[in-house]
Amino acid sequence: MGLYPKTIFYPMGDRGFLLEFGDEISREINEKVRRMALAVQAEAIESVIESVPTYRSLLIIYNPVILSIEDLKKRLKKIEGGLQTTPLPEPKLTHIPVVYGGIYGPDLEEVAMYQQISPEEVIQLHCSKPYLIYMIGFMPGFPYMGELPQALATPRLKTPRLIVPKGSVGIAQRQTGIYSMESPGGWQILGRTPVELFDPEKDPPALLQMGDFVQFYQISEKEFHDWNSQSA
Amino acid sequence: MEQVAAFEVSDPGILTTIQDLGRYGFSQFGVPPSGALDTFSLRVGNLLVGNREEEACLEVTLMGLKIKAMKEVVIAITGGDLSPALNGEPLEMWRTHLLLEGDAITFKKVKAGCRAYLAVSRGLVVPKIMGSCSTYLSGNFGGLEGRPLRRGDILYTLDIPSSLDKLGLRFPNDWIPSLEKEALLRIIPGPQDRHFTEKGVQTFCSSSYQVTPQCDRMGVRLEGPKIERRSDVEESIISEGLISGSIQVPGNGKPIIILTELVTGGYTKIATIISTDLPKVAQLKPGDQVRFKPISIEESHDLLKEQEDRLKNFKEILQQR
Repeated sequence: MGLYPKTIFYPMGDRGFLLEFGDEISREINEKVRRMALAVQAEAIESVIESVPTYRSLLIIYNPVILSIEDLKKRLKKIEGGLQTTPLPEPKLTHIPVVYGGIYGPDLEEVAMYQQISPEEVIQLHCSKPYLIYMIGFMPGFPYMGELPQALATPRLKTPRLIVPKGSVGIAQRQTGIYSMESPGGWQILGRTPVELFDPEKDPPALLQMGDFVQFYQISEKEFHDWNSQSA
Repeated sequence: MEQVAAFEVSDPGILTTIQDLGRYGFSQFGVPPSGALDTFSLRVGNLLVGNREEEACLEVTLMGLKIKAMKEVVIAITGGDLSPALNGEPLEMWRTHLLLEGDAITFKKVKAGCRAYLAVSRGLVVPKIMGSCSTYLSGNFGGLEGRPLRRGDILYTLDIPSSLDKLGLRFPNDWIPSLEKEALLRIIPGPQDRHFTEKGVQTFCSSSYQVTPQCDRMGVRLEGPKIERRSDVEESIISEGLISGSIQVPGNGKPIIILTELVTGGYTKIATIISTDLPKVAQLKPGDQVRFKPISIEESHDLLKEQEDRLKNFKEILQQR
């Protein structure tokens, strides 16, 4: 079905309003989410305290004591009506170095076997094109990116790991992502990046943002270890 | 502004963190709000001691915290009844007290609820990260170095004399939320209630659920009758935003109440608890029972306005002193 002809407004409790733009992961729907998120931010509606943009929806958290839900809906619909004219910032491309395989990418061999290709081909495919960042979520700075080449689409682990190290680069179906912090997780881990994705002291705190692109490239184990001493 | 040592932590107890009303505006970077789970108690505590309602306080979980005053300070303790005591003598909650240097405050055992809030006149001073003092435990930032309090920690406040004119001030008794053994949590259905069968929704709204030991600042897992799902929809959805009070139902059909340390999720959500009932969720501990009752958006907004009017009234009472 893709992008809905008419956006669905779901109340999420007494302070949440979920704007659903479509029912699948697609660039068209995601771009609308991003446009709407930027336009809502720019409008700075006094009752809106947070907006959470994701793949296909935008969650607005608001204070109904300041603005009623009906009035908020009117404001949001008006913003949505003017979206075509909202310019989007030029997407940024960030190159992310990854050491693939071994202890850094414990699932590389497994994924290669699943796809009946060599580990080198898995790496080559993973580095073959830039990926769109659909959203940042799950944990601070974690980018959900896609689409992976069909030849790499691999299901999640049957049993999630209790600990996935910080910097781990994983894939799940046609998505790829980076664990910005140590956490439990079920994605197939291909490698690890030495790059810091999140720093609470920085503004903005996340290196990557929704709507931008990431290009992975391979580095050696030595380069991985030297990375932070070099850039410091 | 100058800061001054106000307390030394003699025993951090099970879990004590520094919290304010949360960190908003950063979810686009994957940053959840964090903040006090029982915001009503935190706000009242701050108002009692003459602070702005959003000042940083201690959120004390269950029992064991012991702190020693290093100077004269005015405090108030609100929230769950964890048997607060001053030098071993029971200390009345929901009112202000003056502590002298060397006085010890302890939280010995749980009488009712799960979390108490200790507000200090002039607030607790920690660096603001993205505009908030709240501790985000799984992100390791905010509050005191992003972690729970430890023995030997020193807590600071601003070096302005406490406002002693507020001493002995009480929050009106009939405005203090009561804590029942079975909490009735009012909900707004959706956004994925249609992913469940009519029977499933009926089960959810008519059964009593028990709080399991998996109960922390991220969420509360419940045990009880399985909620039946429609067979023609998938168990998971495309990841989307979460709000405190979201009720997720994963594949096993047992509800999970989402709290303040999560930002997005991919499980279906049958309903959302209204914000004025979230303080009740903050006071749940393993073994407690909950029931859910659907209400309309209009009712939920009336309840919120009622609560805000009470707080406004209380502020006016304070100003008249």
